[in-house]
Amino acid sequence: MMKYVDEFRLPGTARNLVRKIRELGTGAAFMEVCGTHTMAISKAGLGPMLSPQVELISGPGCPVCVTSDVDIDTAVAVAHMPGVILATFGDMVKVPGSHGSLSDASAEGARVKVVYSPLEALELAGSESGSKVVFLGIGFETTAPVVAATILEARKRELRNFFILSFHKLVPPALRALAATEDFSVDGFILPGHVSAVIGSRAYSFLPSEFGIPCVVAGFEATDILQSVFRLMQARTATPSVDIEYSRVVRPEGNQKALSVMYEVFEPVDAEWRGLFRLPASGLGLKEEYREYDAGAWPIEIPPPAVDKGCRCGEVLCGKIKPFECGLFGGACTPDNPAGPCMVSTEGTCASYFLYSYDEED
Amino acid sequence: MCLAVPAEVVEILQNDVAFIDVGGLRKKINLSLVEGVRTGDFVLVHAGFAIEIIDEEEARKTMELFEEMARLDEIR
Amino acid sequence: MSGKFITMAHGGGGTRMQELLRQTVFPLLDEDLLLDQEDAAAFSVDIGRVALTTDSYVVKPLFFPGGDIGKLAVCGTVNDLAMRGGEPLYITLGLILEEGLHLDVLERILSSVGFWAKEAGVRVVAGDTKVVERGMADGIYINTSGVGQLRSGREVSIAGATDGDVLMVNGFIGDHGMAVLNEREGLFTNSDLTSDCAPLSGLVRAMQEAGEVHSLRDPTRGGLAAALKEMARASSCAFEIDEGSVPIRERVLAACEMLGLDPLYVANEGKLLAAVPERDAGAVLEAMRANPRGKEAGIIGRIIEGRRGEVSMITSLGSHRLVRAPSGEQLPRIC
Repeated sequence: MMKYVDEFRLPGTARNLVRKIRELGTGAAFMEVCGTHTMAISKAGLGPMLSPQVELISGPGCPVCVTSDVDIDTAVAVAHMPGVILATFGDMVKVPGSHGSLSDASAEGARVKVVYSPLEALELAGSESGSKVVFLGIGFETTAPVVAATILEARKRELRNFFILSFHKLVPPALRALAATEDFSVDGFILPGHVSAVIGSRAYSFLPSEFGIPCVVAGFEATDILQSVFRLMQARTATPSVDIEYSRVVRPEGNQKALSVMYEVFEPVDAEWRGLFRLPASGLGLKEEYREYDAGAWPIEIPPPAVDKGCRCGEVLCGKIKPFECGLFGGACTPDNPAGPCMVSTEGTCASYFLYSYDEED
Repeated sequence: MCLAVPAEVVEILQNDVAFIDVGGLRKKINLSLVEGVRTGDFVLVHAGFAIEIIDEEEARKTMELFEEMARLDEIR
Repeated sequence: MSGKFITMAHGGGGTRMQELLRQTVFPLLDEDLLLDQEDAAAFSVDIGRVALTTDSYVVKPLFFPGGDIGKLAVCGTVNDLAMRGGEPLYITLGLILEEGLHLDVLERILSSVGFWAKEAGVRVVAGDTKVVERGMADGIYINTSGVGQLRSGREVSIAGATDGDVLMVNGFIGDHGMAVLNEREGLFTNSDLTSDCAPLSGLVRAMQEAGEVHSLRDPTRGGLAAALKEMARASSCAFEIDEGSVPIRERVLAACEMLGLDPLYVANEGKLLAAVPERDAGAVLEAMRANPRGKEAGIIGRIIEGRRGEVSMITSLGSHRLVRAPSGEQLPRIC
């Protein structure tokens, strides 16, 4: 019986795909815009396998990394409010804002609880009726429907002490901003499989039609990624389109039910992206009818941002520089003592470079 | 950017709740974001929710493609 | 004993404390040397080199599939001695109890200490009990120190790996960390995730009787990756491991994938990493597999020429990547 995991992990497939990719020429640069792809590429050692013919560049695909300092500072400030328990995915705990991380806040006495699912935060609100449980809503279109469904559940259960701090972001507006950047040049996008499961491949049709950039929606096994690179290599001599390699999960129209739940609760709002600054209609905020769950509507006092630390995460995220080109990388910025978010999240570009392809010993 | 794993739906309870099996482990997840899941289906699980049903036919096609690619080795 | 809970009086040095010791601690540990209640245990050690170690245990939850804090305290200390090639002889037991701790809980933990000390062949010869106010501790904390005899020619060092060695582990990795995480967070309902917590002194003895063992490390916190990095650094060697030969249970791998954890960094409590000269590898491996603590033992890698302290991995796809030391604890993630 298929389990949809091991069947796709065939070393022979990878070897032959690499050979076929090499036969298709050289000088290609593709950008993956999903942190889980970045991780899979590092973990499987695909970079060195494809280099120098094909260069893989990591784009703004890690929700933790694109979250701005001011949003992290807001989360820290909320965590410090009396009576609040801040529930968050583990990803966000160590990310430094301009005044420390949630982990620092916890050490200073704030109540920060790591959860695997927002439903656990909801259960927490049920059992801690004297506290306000605030769930930190981070993530793209994959995660936003999950959080939206949790809010609907909170309404059904009539929970009055469950709130969301929504910093959710939308992938297509960021890709549009990136593609429209003057000196931006890649030969193709490796598109995020799980975001695309929700929004569908059609959501990216502007990339080939308006910018002439070919795209492949890729799965997460190393063979999926190599197959996608292979198709992008072939696409260099064809009419650009959005191709689906991850067809076992992704449909052109996406998951309409998940989208309708997401847009029942959220609406597009302007959002602050690290490296891309403020983009119109690129984030998700709670709709008027759900404002009672919005911790973002509370009066929150945030200390003014600290002076620039010299962190170049923004440029790393847009593929302008490689992590080791940042002066802080490996010295003033390591996973133990991160200066920027790309070093915190294990799927952050800097952290995956540091963890899997760079050694500190000389 | 989003970790999601394939898992088999082994039991569907009330209110969009189901048990999945992943590598022999059983976990309760929520089905409210997917339409028409049946026991025995494989779903993609993200943060405690099924976000999509895995298409068996398409999975088989991809797998066959990969297997074919793996066999290129033997031909040489 | 009167009452069902630990109270501040149990740590007060008076009659309640004596009652706790005589009715609960001593019978469960079943150790003559403790009964004398001397200020210090007196015992003889053969002239020669001695191994000494100490460790504190603060695991949450106190009980988990495959073990409990008492078993962990004995095995952890015994294994630290065993990793030096030491024959564990004596351990101490320091208990820090939180006011309000259920006496049943203490009894279960102490019987576990008694059972596993006998199993590992060590004697609990000295101890201490303190009670702290409710809220100042998490039920119970344990500190154990251990003394082991280093027989001539059997001393092993973390710095002992050298050219021509192969690297082995004695079985599946990641079991303990995932069992404890699952018990604490309730992630999966039918938990077959069980800790590997076990004393390894017998296994090490069997390995040393079968051949030469150059270096040993127990991959506890930080997992196998930490042990590999520490041994490679201390031995000034370059290590190479094969991803496909590292034994990991399917369910541990599945749980790790779902939570975004890397099993190489997940804790073990009954595992060891060994560097063994290639000529003895077959015999040592055979001895490991004949031991109940080493049935799934296997060779996972070798010492190669390369940068000192570097650990690289041949992935299952045939590519190379580096294995790094862990940083901080791994948190379940969704991204």
